[in-house]
Amino acid sequence: MAKEFIAAGADLELRGIRKEFPGFTAIENLDLHIPAGEFFALLGPSGCGKTTTLRIVAGLEEPTSGQVLIGGVDETYVKPHERPVNTVFQSYALFPHMTILENVAFGLRRRKVADPLPKAMDALNLVELGHIAERRPQQLSGGQQQRVALARALVNRPSLLLLDEPLGALDLKLRRQMQIELKAIQMEVGLTFLHVTHDQEEAMDMADTVAVMNKGQIEQMGAPEALYERPRTSFVAKFLGQSNIFVGQVAETSANSLSIDVAGSKISVPKNRAEKQDGKIAIGVRPEKAHFHREAPKPDANLNILGPGEIKDIRFTGVSNQYLIEIPNVGDVIVFAQNVGISPVVELGEKVWVSFKVEHAFGLADLPAGDEQ
Amino acid sequence: MKNLRLGRKVLPLYSILALVYLLIPIVYTIVFSFNNSQRSNTVWEGFTLNKWLHVCDRPDMCDSLGNSLLISTVATLVATVLGTGIAIALVRYRFRARSLVSLSLFLPMATPEVVMGAGLAALFFNMGTEQGFATIILAHVMFCLSFVVVTVKARVQTLDPVLEEAARDLYANPSSVFWRITFPLLLPGIVSAALLSFALSFDDFIITYFNSGPINTFPKVVYIAAAKGVPAEANVIASAVFLLAIFIVIGSQVFGSLRRKKLLK
Amino acid sequence: MAFAAFSSSNPKVAAGPVKSSKIVLALLLPGMLYLAMFFLVPLVSLLITSLETPSATGAYGMYDYGFDVSSYIDVTTRYLPQILRSFGYAFAATFFALIISYPLAYFVGVRLRPRPLIQKLTLTLVIAPFFISFLLRTIAWKQLLSDDSAILNFLRSIHLWGDQQYFLGTPGAVIWGLTYNFIPFMTLPLYTSLERLDLRLLEAASDLYASPAAIFRKVTLPLTMPGVISGTLLTFIPITGDYVNASRDFLGSSKTSMIGNMVEADFLQNADYPAASALSAVLMAVILVMVAVYVKRTGTEDLL
Repeated sequence: MAKEFIAAGADLELRGIRKEFPGFTAIENLDLHIPAGEFFALLGPSGCGKTTTLRIVAGLEEPTSGQVLIGGVDETYVKPHERPVNTVFQSYALFPHMTILENVAFGLRRRKVADPLPKAMDALNLVELGHIAERRPQQLSGGQQQRVALARALVNRPSLLLLDEPLGALDLKLRRQMQIELKAIQMEVGLTFLHVTHDQEEAMDMADTVAVMNKGQIEQMGAPEALYERPRTSFVAKFLGQSNIFVGQVAETSANSLSIDVAGSKISVPKNRAEKQDGKIAIGVRPEKAHFHREAPKPDANLNILGPGEIKDIRFTGVSNQYLIEIPNVGDVIVFAQNVGISPVVELGEKVWVSFKVEHAFGLADLPAGDEQ
Repeated sequence: MKNLRLGRKVLPLYSILALVYLLIPIVYTIVFSFNNSQRSNTVWEGFTLNKWLHVCDRPDMCDSLGNSLLISTVATLVATVLGTGIAIALVRYRFRARSLVSLSLFLPMATPEVVMGAGLAALFFNMGTEQGFATIILAHVMFCLSFVVVTVKARVQTLDPVLEEAARDLYANPSSVFWRITFPLLLPGIVSAALLSFALSFDDFIITYFNSGPINTFPKVVYIAAAKGVPAEANVIASAVFLLAIFIVIGSQVFGSLRRKKLLK
Repeated sequence: MAFAAFSSSNPKVAAGPVKSSKIVLALLLPGMLYLAMFFLVPLVSLLITSLETPSATGAYGMYDYGFDVSSYIDVTTRYLPQILRSFGYAFAATFFALIISYPLAYFVGVRLRPRPLIQKLTLTLVIAPFFISFLLRTIAWKQLLSDDSAILNFLRSIHLWGDQQYFLGTPGAVIWGLTYNFIPFMTLPLYTSLERLDLRLLEAASDLYASPAAIFRKVTLPLTMPGVISGTLLTFIPITGDYVNASRDFLGSSKTSMIGNMVEADFLQNADYPAASALSAVLMAVILVMVAVYVKRTGTEDLL
């Protein structure tokens, strides 16, 4: 199956892309390089500019300035029907007046490829829909339509495949299944995938590299683990997973770490995990890295300790328990405890201390909105 | 609650009465096409199929019918082509003269036929053009245009542009995008527009009367005959046209509905 | 807007329109040029003709170009009764068309929504008069309401109509005909508006203690007002220029003549082109004022 497609995809480079619409700027200044054969996710909230970026790569929009290079070729002003790029649209955009076989064959026919129908049939078989090739899109379920849209794009062996939140309309179980299938196809065929989504779990699960986009800029880019374990800005810290963030002036600096003072408690972060090292900084930690104790833990140079505080809320989410602990003068701290079969040992209102390892803390480059002063 | 239940029955009852009121003249016209009338078709003189079978015994009737069909077909073709272009432009493109275009298309729909008829006649007179087929067709295209635009525009608005984008993404050049995606999906709207245009053109009297010169269209012949008494053959033709139109419209609706049901199974 | 009734009714107003390009010109130009030539220019022609003077040669039906406004003065005084009558009849007929059409449109557009096929078929029946010759359906009423018709005789038998009373040739008959003939023009815009009415809003109003009458007054009517206004314009305006219904051969008499009858007479029989043109221009001017007011209040986006 893989041998029928091109051996590898092409790389994508965006240089200084800027896109202005009347009244607002969708993309400020975008620089991006996606190596060939990589599964790349562009992650961000609605309105951050990720769909616009996709459309510029597809050729459906022209950038106000900047360049788009696909496989080293400047395709910035090349029309979409002349680019080696295919898109899987969010709404699938299947042609309602054609059978799904004809839908899949459409691109082949336009390019005057020989034997379009057998090739289209092969692509449909690849997504396990060959047996209903004569049906119309309206007769298919959402998941089936999504697979047809994928087949229709893949059959053209594009150098670069763009996916615009293609799994958004599917229910959870189907989405998980499609994520596995998409990743499998990408790895097997070696295409370059650019996947745009607002679902951070999906991005982290499927992508080799994730770029978090906010207000027309990329805030941070890297492997999912790197982004998750060491977010660099407060937006990334809060958009990708959840974070506890503490703000304070830098009080102490040592050879390897620095600390801030938060309501009498000292919170330290290793220097090589701190973006900003003086003045007022924000230090964060992931809730699953924090623990709570019913008695004050012994002071430890490798441990940040906060408290005492009171448990304000306990939420059961199946996999874990989420505790909301209110510490006076510090604020609310969230702690996740994996549900390992022991029923909760604390109750609402109990007095607890919170601790987390210094090596798990991360120092952000900016302050959370509302704390800048 | 009693009010509600009573209210629920009043509306359907009223609607049935209203529909009967609307259909009375139609039924009358069809019934009287079977009237064995000798001179004037005002009194019932007995049932006959004669007028249906020998409708062209009165040459002026059939000739005028032929003229009307020809004129309406040509006018419909021209108006549909011109109007479809405008409708697509209005929905899909942003341009500065948008308001002006909308207004210019609305005005003919809102202008009384006397004014348009007299105006066109004045124009042709000043241009020195003799009145005939050409002037009638030119006049018909003019007033049909706006209706075509309105009808096609409604259909264009239901067409998601993402389908055309998908086509471009799949290597279709602009011409292919139009002929393989846009046009087939617009076709029902274009056909509706053409039918509407044909109906308006075929039935037009006032504007035609001012601009036809020696050519007789079917409505013109009926109007002239009205003074003396409209012959039953006119009823025959009108009934035939009506039944055909209704048949086409209802047929396409039923067919469309069956097809939709089949597709969704 | 009116004739959208027959098309599929979920407009996907999609991503904003593409910026203007040469394609736009190609699509628009032929049609717009055509309209300019055969709609605007005739109106200008009318204006020019209305200002002409009788030919210096004295020949019948020949006129010289000039700037003579005497036709306007002549027309507005001599034809004042017809002008007032035209607007009066139009008012009455539009009013009746509205109150007859609204409930019917409501029934088809709202109550029949759960049965789309029946809805479309019923709508077709409502528009059916449109498919039979305008002249013949007027003649049908002429026969049905003639002095010795079954209907009048029946009414006489139950003492609702005088023995010597006739209906044809009265303003009532003309208004009856006008109303009937223009109901489709009123119903379609109403239907379009009603068909798109979000019923959940009515449910919400009911949830908030509104009676059916209040719901109609405060929710339904305001929301369907665009359809009402559109229908009113598309009915009122053409009626002002109609002359078939009012003509002696149909439902009217010499005492019910309207603007259209005078234009026809002057243009086609008396060859008094300046008078006919001036009268048309006066009518057109009033209409333009009405349209201008309408456009000023609601803009041009929803016109079509």
